[in-house]
Amino acid sequence: MSNVNPLADLASSNLVIVAGKGGVGKTTVTAVVARAAADAGRRVLVIELDGKPALDELVPDLDVRHISAAESLEEYLFEHGFKRIARRLTSTGVIDVIGTAAPGIDDLVVLGKIKQLERSGEWDLIVVDGPAAGHAITFLTAASGLLDAVRGGPVREQAQDVLDMLRSPERCQVLLVTLPEATPVNELIETSFALEERVGVQLGPIVVNRVDQTPPLPDPTSVDFGRARVQVDDAVAAAHFRSTRLRVQGSEIDRLSSSVPLPQIHLSARPVAGLSPGDIAVLAAELVR
Amino acid sequence: MSPRNEFGEVPGAFPDSFGDVVDGASVLVCCGSGGVGKTTTAAVIGLEAARRGRRVVVVTIDPARRLADALGLVDGLTGEPQQVRAGVENAAVTGELWAMMLDTPAMFERVVRAHAPDPEQADRIVENRFYRNIAGALSGTQEYMASEALHELHGDERFDLVVVDTPPSRNALDFLDAPGVLARFLDHKLFKLMMMPTRTGLRMLTVATQPILKAIGRVVGSDVLADAVAFFQAFAGMDVGFRQRAEAVTALLRAETTRFILVASPQRDAITEASWFADQLAQQGFAVHGTVVNRLHPRFGDGSVADAVERAASASRRGHDDLAAVWSNLADLRTIAIAERAELAPLLDRVAGSAVVEVPMLPSDVHDVMALDLLARHLFG
Repeated sequence: MSNVNPLADLASSNLVIVAGKGGVGKTTVTAVVARAAADAGRRVLVIELDGKPALDELVPDLDVRHISAAESLEEYLFEHGFKRIARRLTSTGVIDVIGTAAPGIDDLVVLGKIKQLERSGEWDLIVVDGPAAGHAITFLTAASGLLDAVRGGPVREQAQDVLDMLRSPERCQVLLVTLPEATPVNELIETSFALEERVGVQLGPIVVNRVDQTPPLPDPTSVDFGRARVQVDDAVAAAHFRSTRLRVQGSEIDRLSSSVPLPQIHLSARPVAGLSPGDIAVLAAELVR
Repeated sequence: MSPRNEFGEVPGAFPDSFGDVVDGASVLVCCGSGGVGKTTTAAVIGLEAARRGRRVVVVTIDPARRLADALGLVDGLTGEPQQVRAGVENAAVTGELWAMMLDTPAMFERVVRAHAPDPEQADRIVENRFYRNIAGALSGTQEYMASEALHELHGDERFDLVVVDTPPSRNALDFLDAPGVLARFLDHKLFKLMMMPTRTGLRMLTVATQPILKAIGRVVGSDVLADAVAFFQAFAGMDVGFRQRAEAVTALLRAETTRFILVASPQRDAITEASWFADQLAQQGFAVHGTVVNRLHPRFGDGSVADAVERAASASRRGHDDLAAVWSNLADLRTIAIAERAELAPLLDRVAGSAVVEVPMLPSDVHDVMALDLLARHLFG
């Protein structure tokens, strides 16, 4: 592992946005980072964007807040002189049309809400379970896009404030998550370049999730099985299988290192398909070890 | 027709084999969350169906470069169907395999042009900034265009089977709902509000003075609003055509030869999503015809974990570290295999009426036709 003290790295900004392709374990990583920071005595807030709530279950004792685009937009309109009609705008579905007329405004109001929480100073670290990688780029470029499109008024101001937050490393960084496999690694490489170029946001260490940390296995064909006959073939096949997987994993991790010059954090694969708060605690301990 | 239960299945009916599901289909819709191997599964189904004599087109949602490489498409997948030779070049294969990627904006433009009464009106729409935002960003547009592409390809005489990969949608229902997106959008109260002036002969400028629109204009800027108004006005008279088309697409989705394949992997979130999707399909009266569980760890024989652990311990006591590592690896992999199957059990119960196939995790990634072949053997037996 190339990381020295990942937690110190992560907690150097007020806000960490976790992003990555679907299925790579963004929610797990969000929980692990939040857990590790909370265990180190920091006041942590976890933010979930629209979607199925899962984090309450993984970090039951932490503050978890759900932020939806529709509610944020309604709140935004309410606070910007549309008190009387804010509800009517939402209930008639006009909000959808606003979102379409000015694409990114829904993302912007969500980021604006996050910025408000970040500025409140109530928490030392806010961890956001971000949108999937493809959408991560549109989500994070919403502010700069609107800054170009809107000439004045509250939206422009909001976009500028959000962009200021995204571009200052002491306030915000993006944590990209991947798996040690070809497709997720390719996607991460593309996303990391797009985010640096188009948003100018600080990228934190890359989290490689579900890494098989088993030491290399001996060549099973040169192992003396003694008198054992039964299941020897199974054991040999299993060793070949694991060794090949480890080799593929190693070459994907090397490819990632040579393509993206960022430190990496490796989180171990857990032996079960689903995760519990206990697994999160184990992974969090691994993070600070 | 046999009575169906609440899940849209015929109770007590023995599910068809996966091959039967594919053979009897003219449209296959692959659903599931991101990262479960949906696109690869669609390609494998296409490959095998072509070998069985079908003229297949596989539509992917993303560029799927590694898959394109594996299929020998040097320029990658494009918005137009390309014929695939790799894996079906054998003279004995009478079918054909084609592959394409959904090009959402191009598809949208084709739909607009098909419905516009004249080319000028179509131009007015596609050049409008609000339209371009919709084509690129309106939630549900990608799903809508995927269903349009499905309809278009279904009517294309070159093909007799369309295999479509669905977008990794947060709302899995979007795809089924998709044909109605634009029709509903045009049905919008705001649309009607905007259309009023043209009916009453008022100028567009007046529209922007209505309180609600004025409010929107203050938030997003009046020029942005003007684009929106122009967009809705450009659509005048086209909404009926869109609605009819939406009905045709919906009818296709409900046709007997349209079949839904649920794709999952043993990760908890993928399983939860798949179960939820099965419920949603059932609620809408669609049945799951096939279920593919990808990337399951192999069991490596029928021995127990305890046995492998015991052998590892015994080897370790005798100082045979290499031997201990090999047995302990077998114990590890069996533990994972058992945990994955336990996690999957409720889903597999839930979709017991469908043809269920388990596809083991391959030791390395799928990057050539040989790997696709291997997957095909697991899917089709």
